[in-house]
Amino acid sequence: MTVESTAGTATAAVPELVQLLTPEGERVEHPRFSLETTPEELRSIYRDLVLVRRFDGEATALQRQGELGLWASLLGQEAAQVGSGRAQRPGDWAFPTYREHGVAWCKGVDPLNLLGMFRGVNHGGWDPYEKNFQLYTIVIGSQTLHATGYAMGITKDGTDDAVVAYFGDGASSQGDVNEAFTFASVYNAPVVFFCQNNQWAISEPTERQTRVPLYQRAAGFGFPGVRVDGNDVLACLAVTRWALERARNGEGPTLIEAFTYRMGAHTTSDDPTRYRIADELEEWKLKDPIERVKAYLVHEEWADQEFFDAVDAESEQLARRVREGVRNMPDPDPTSIFENVYAEGHALVDEERAEYVAYAASFDGSEEVGEGR
Amino acid sequence: MAAENYSMVKALNEALRRSLEADPKTLVMGEDVGRLGGVFRVTDGLHKDFGDARVIDTPLAESGIMGTAIGLALRGYRPVVEIQFDGFVYPAFDQIVTQLAKMHARALGHVKLPVTVRIPFGGGIGAVEHHSESHEAYFAHTAGLKVVSPSNPVDAHWMLRQAIASDDPVIFLEPKRRYWDKGVVDPLGAAPAPLHAARVARPGRDLTLIAYGPMVKVCLEAAEAAAEDGHQIEVVDLRSLSPVDFDTLEASVKRTGRAVVVHEAPVFMGMGSELAARITERCFYALEAPVLRVGGYFAPYPPSRVEETYLPDLDRVLDAVDRALAF
Ligand SMILES: Cc1ncc(C[n+]2csc(CCOP(=O)(O)OP(=O)(O)O)c2C)c(N)n1
Ligand SMILES: [Mg+2]
Repeated sequence: MTVESTAGTATAAVPELVQLLTPEGERVEHPRFSLETTPEELRSIYRDLVLVRRFDGEATALQRQGELGLWASLLGQEAAQVGSGRAQRPGDWAFPTYREHGVAWCKGVDPLNLLGMFRGVNHGGWDPYEKNFQLYTIVIGSQTLHATGYAMGITKDGTDDAVVAYFGDGASSQGDVNEAFTFASVYNAPVVFFCQNNQWAISEPTERQTRVPLYQRAAGFGFPGVRVDGNDVLACLAVTRWALERARNGEGPTLIEAFTYRMGAHTTSDDPTRYRIADELEEWKLKDPIERVKAYLVHEEWADQEFFDAVDAESEQLARRVREGVRNMPDPDPTSIFENVYAEGHALVDEERAEYVAYAASFDGSEEVGEGR
Repeated sequence: MAAENYSMVKALNEALRRSLEADPKTLVMGEDVGRLGGVFRVTDGLHKDFGDARVIDTPLAESGIMGTAIGLALRGYRPVVEIQFDGFVYPAFDQIVTQLAKMHARALGHVKLPVTVRIPFGGGIGAVEHHSESHEAYFAHTAGLKVVSPSNPVDAHWMLRQAIASDDPVIFLEPKRRYWDKGVVDPLGAAPAPLHAARVARPGRDLTLIAYGPMVKVCLEAAEAAAEDGHQIEVVDLRSLSPVDFDTLEASVKRTGRAVVVHEAPVFMGMGSELAARITERCFYALEAPVLRVGGYFAPYPPSRVEETYLPDLDRVLDAVDRALAF
């Protein structure tokens, strides 16, 4: 495909998306990407989608109640995350941004772990090796290079693990992301670049980042790019599996552009009414990632009301556990500031810790530190 | 328009507006500075009034923003760049220290790069990681850059206008925790002082507290508290971190005999280190105590729930004041 033929705004002539499940819940075939799913697997996918959305909604509520300082909602992007998350094997690594709560869920990370940094009690705080889920990365684009380097290591080790690097449409402009494409291509690294094009980078629409559909960027770097319906969990699953298989087989990187929509604000600090029109939101509501799976399950008679009720009940349980867990998260001890600054220690850190401890002790029996005089 | 009670955000906004009006070559550029008006609303309304060509939403790439600002400056424009948060300037760091800072010298003075880089900096707003950095020392360490930081709305307004008018690159550090502080600004008046002059914010005779940006307020409060104990503390608002107005510092410390420097950035290799050394050289025989420093610890900026421990506060400043007075 030539760039000339599609030049213009990124959304003007939307090319065909890979889709396996229409917004109405109709299962369709795609000539390149097929997927076998059992009723049980489909029910499990539905459950993931619902639980992830419920968790996300609870986190938003907790921010409103002052329990979290900030929250970056994944509302609308559940399918992209659950599809690509479920495509991974346990040995595969995911390198997330700050919004990949659904991927974390699929990797088996306890959702409570994700909330520490948003509450302000840590900067990440989980062990990435435990579930092969790297820490959230706030600085846009950095993690794509880490993912590529990790993938280069896999090649050196000769195993058939692979890596998924997550990033956004805005991030596609960063030098780091373009350098990651270059390194991955040159070293034929087993990495899948999974771009969730949710149409917005805070207030800037995708047209501010690119004049060609993002998936077409891959061609210039020498690897394939695919645009998938990011609200179609089955398509996301199938295409990510295919790309991971390519990676495992030594065929190198792939760029997947999951075409989706950020249904909420950028974060709880943002006010999208300042820059986008409500019509757009209404249009995307009709493409909801969960409703279509439900419609399909119902149509095929693979799930009954009892099942849906049970999932809802489970999601309320999860919300309750998250709510209580967050409220009970202790504030860090002040001396934790000095912990883990170095792997091998550092004299100045030790000295300043001792100074701080002595200073804090000077308030004992008089007044609390920080209370003024 | 007469004097108005402005928040620092509004004072900066008004400075940008005046600068855009005064010189058609002035441009505002950065992420989300257009329709949104910036995440702190410092550019609010500018896109509406000056349009796409002058108030530019850029792609999400700080090195790109900085590098193209340099190119625009080469072409005769006067870009005012907004970096969304302190922690996101590092992708642009190379363009700033290797290109922006050095091009004038390399071109034997034939090239001028009147670029202003606005950065909301410092902590204290309960933000997540990378949103509370104090990196002034990196910039002040680089010859070719001028570095300033206002502490109040009046200075914010005038210093930004002066920075934009300057033919040198200026790193303009905005103390984000003071964005909502109010002050009476008269945009039709005159700048209260040259851009690189320090200001005695409160006179005193027993000790000089030296601060800039967010910590000036804390030092003024400390001076107030110390007055209750009978100590007359002078507070100098540095305003400019490069160049530093050492004459004002020297005059103050020669009068008081004691100095304490306060900043949010780690003490180790921070601005305070340089200030202490220079003050010692200039005022050695007038000093009654070593120049003390109060600042952040030698550790990454901590999670927000412990940032109060990390940031110098009234108690830590007064503790240093007591130690200096006890010599
Ligand atoms: C290097 C850097 N610059 C700026 C920011 C501020 N910022 C946070 S998220 C964001 C937009 C990201 O958009 P996109 O990549 O599309 O991801 P999305 O938030 O839509 O998931 C910006 C500009 C940042 N975190 N890092
Ligand atoms: Mg986006």
